[in-house]
Amino acid sequence: MSSDQAAAEDAYNAFVTEATIEGDSDGPLAGRTIAIKDNMSTDGVRTTCGSAMLDDYVPPYNATVVDRVLDAGATMVGKANMDEFAMGGTTETSAFGATENPAAPGRVPGGSSGGSAAAVAGGEADLALGSDTGGSVRNPAAFCGVVGIKPTYGLVSRYGIVAYANSLEQVGPLANTVEDAALLLDVISGSDPNDATTNDGGADSDYAAAADGDVEGLTVGVITDLIDGADDDVVKTFEASLDDLEAQGAEITEVSLESLEHAVQAYYVIAMSEASSNLARFDGVRYGPDTDSAGNWNEQFAAVREAGFGPEVKRRILLGTYALSAGYHDKYYKKAQDARAWVKQDFDAAFEDVDVLASPTMPVVPPKLGESLDDPLQLYLMDANTVPVNLANLPAISVPAGDVDGLPVGCQLIGPKFGEETIIRAASAVED
Amino acid sequence: MSDSSVDPDEVQHVADLARVDLADAERDEFTEQFADILSYFDALDEVPEVDSDPELVNVMRADEVEGGLSQDEALQNAPETEDGFFKGPSVS
Repeated sequence: MSSDQAAAEDAYNAFVTEATIEGDSDGPLAGRTIAIKDNMSTDGVRTTCGSAMLDDYVPPYNATVVDRVLDAGATMVGKANMDEFAMGGTTETSAFGATENPAAPGRVPGGSSGGSAAAVAGGEADLALGSDTGGSVRNPAAFCGVVGIKPTYGLVSRYGIVAYANSLEQVGPLANTVEDAALLLDVISGSDPNDATTNDGGADSDYAAAADGDVEGLTVGVITDLIDGADDDVVKTFEASLDDLEAQGAEITEVSLESLEHAVQAYYVIAMSEASSNLARFDGVRYGPDTDSAGNWNEQFAAVREAGFGPEVKRRILLGTYALSAGYHDKYYKKAQDARAWVKQDFDAAFEDVDVLASPTMPVVPPKLGESLDDPLQLYLMDANTVPVNLANLPAISVPAGDVDGLPVGCQLIGPKFGEETIIRAASAVED
Repeated sequence: MSDSSVDPDEVQHVADLARVDLADAERDEFTEQFADILSYFDALDEVPEVDSDPELVNVMRADEVEGGLSQDEALQNAPETEDGFFKGPSVS
C-alpha cells in the first residue's frame, strides 16, 4: 500500500507517521500488518513519542521488539499515535492531535497506546505493539473493544523504547482476538542481552496454544476493591463475563486487597519520580528542537524543555522532581516504595487461593473527546484498576466483556508472575 | 490548610531544579493542580513500613567488543555539531 492510500485511510488519526517496513517473507506473522507505538525506535523512521521534542528524531537502530516482529514476517504500516511520552490515558496529550475511538465515535480511544488500539479496532493494522507503564495497553484495549496484554516485568525487552518509568513498563501486544495477541507475545517475549532486566521466566511457553478456552476447574477471584469504584453499568457488563466463565466450569470467588487503596498514589509518585530523571536527557544537545534562546547551558536547557514538552509532561517532571527533593523524599518516594511492596505481598497472598484475579479493566466507559483534560487528578484516578498490576510486576490481559449502550467494556484478568498462559486461557473463554 | 499547600514560589523553585521554564499562567495553574494532587498523595502517610525482598539481581558478564553506532549515526539528530562532536551552549 502506498503511504498516500494509508493516509487516506487513517480516519482516526491512529498514526503519527505512516511508513512501511517490510518484514521477512516467512515466519509466524507472515502476511500480517502491524502498528508500532511511536515510542519504539525504528531504524530510519521518525519516532516522536507523541512529542514536539522529538518531532524530527530519526533513530539509527531498531528496538529489539521491532526486530523481532519484522523477523517474524510482519509488515509495519505505521508509527502509532500516543499520549506524549506515554503520559496520559486518553491519547489527547499527543503533540500530533488526538486519536478517535473507532468503536465509539466522538470518544477517546484510551491511552497512552491509543493509536495502537485504534489501528487494530479500525482495521488499519492486524496487530499492534503498545507499552504499558500503568495500564497503557489494557486501557485503550478496553476502550476500543480489542485485546491487550501487559506481560510480566522482564518477559519482553525494553531495549530501544523511549523510557518513561523503567521499573514499571513493559511492551505488550494488541489484537482483535486473544489468540492473535498471544501469538504476538510469543514473538516478542524472551531475554535480550541489551536489556538486563529481561530473563527466561517465559521459556518453554506457547502463548498462542494456551488460547484454548478451557477454564474447567479454574478459580477466579474478583477483586472487590476494584468493583466499588466502578460505574454500575460497567460492573454489570463485567459480571456477565464472569457468569460466562462460571457456565464454562470456572469457580468464581471474591477477594479483597487492602493495599490497593494506595496503589494510584504509589504509582504516580514512583512513575513521576522516574520520569523526572529519565526525561533529563532531553536537553536539546543530542536531539530536540533548536531554539533561538541565548544564555548559558542551564538557561538554554530550560528554554528547550519549555518549547518541547507539553503540559502533562511538565506536570509529571515537576511533581517527580518535587517528590525526590530534599525534605520530601521520605514523605512521598519512600512511602510509595513501601506501598508497592505491600501491593506485591497482597497479590502473592491472593494467588495462594486463586488461579487468576479479575476486575473491570477501566472503571468507566470511554470519555468524550476533550471532556477530561482539565482535571489531571481525576484522570489519574481513572487508572485505579490497572496500576496495581504494574506495581506488582504481574501479567494481565484485557478482553472485551461487552458494551454499555454500544460503548466497549473490558474484563481484566491478572495472573501470577509469568502466568501468561493461564490468563490467556481464561481470556479466550471470556471471548467465546 | 493541608500540609501539602503549594505556593507559586515553590512551583518556580521546582521548575528551576528540573530546568523547565514556565510561563506565568502555567505556573499559576500548576500551583492549583499540585495542591490537589499532593494532598491526594498525602494518604501514603497511612502506609505501614513494609519489608521487601528486592526481586532484581545484578546481571554480570565480561565485556565484549561489539558493533555499535557510528559517529555519524550518533550525531545525526543533533541540532548542532562541530568536528564530529555535539555542540552545546557554554556552561557558564
